[in-house]
Amino acid sequence: MTVAEVVFYLLALLSVIAAVGVVTVPNVVHAALFLILSLLGVAGFYILLSSEFLALVQVLIYGGAVATIILFGLMLTGGRDLPAVGPGAQWPLALLVSGALVVLLLTAVLNTTWPRDAGEMTLISINTLGSVLFREWLLPFELASLVLLVALIGAVVISSQEERES
Amino acid sequence: METAVEQIPLENFLFVSAILFSLGVYGVLSRRNAVQILMSVELMLNAVAVNFVAFAVYTDGELFRGMIFGIFVIIIAAAEVGLALGIILRVFRNRPGTAGNVDEVAELKW
Repeated sequence: MTVAEVVFYLLALLSVIAAVGVVTVPNVVHAALFLILSLLGVAGFYILLSSEFLALVQVLIYGGAVATIILFGLMLTGGRDLPAVGPGAQWPLALLVSGALVVLLLTAVLNTTWPRDAGEMTLISINTLGSVLFREWLLPFELASLVLLVALIGAVVISSQEERES
Repeated sequence: METAVEQIPLENFLFVSAILFSLGVYGVLSRRNAVQILMSVELMLNAVAVNFVAFAVYTDGELFRGMIFGIFVIIIAAAEVGLALGIILRVFRNRPGTAGNVDEVAELKW
């Protein structure tokens, strides 16, 4: 077993166990902390896939921004003092559905022949990624900026303090 | 010196991604706290992004379109989490006793 494989299995264990924590622990703050752990495991996958830029973005956006927003949201809604909301009555059904889904996906992955050798593996540098992003993908990139702007304004408008007309 | 990509088959990444996605589905279906549902959605988005990037690296070495899609997935996830938390805050302010429990805000108008 090579070092890369050991690292992969450790990361897989980390992110899957943390993900189980996210969907099972009753305390929301603990779930948020588990989510950070799981997302950092995914960032490790990106490094294994030699996509350093995505790993950086993952840590910055998810580990930094998203986790902070969620924790802030929990604090603003008094998440710590809330009674822990357990799983709904439909959890056995949910378990059944997600179990069926994972079996389906895993058999699909197993029964497909994937390209054995990656062929010409060119390591994608941040330089190349940047120039491709701003040349071939310029329009989607600008649209994404617009989406972010709309989301920003929308979040401010929705959560602003104005009184609801009664 | 072999890169990690040459030592780990593509299936491994797909396996982990499938498990993470199914856990996210379980979370969305079984949780009742709105923030926890949101976190489960984040898990699913992450699983999809891992899939995109793995396919890009293993099968699309020249154009790496999947990697660009991974970036866009992260952008959309950031926008989504900001908006969704705004909505959750709003619901919490208008309906204080619900404790973020989505079962108690099932009606569309109140």
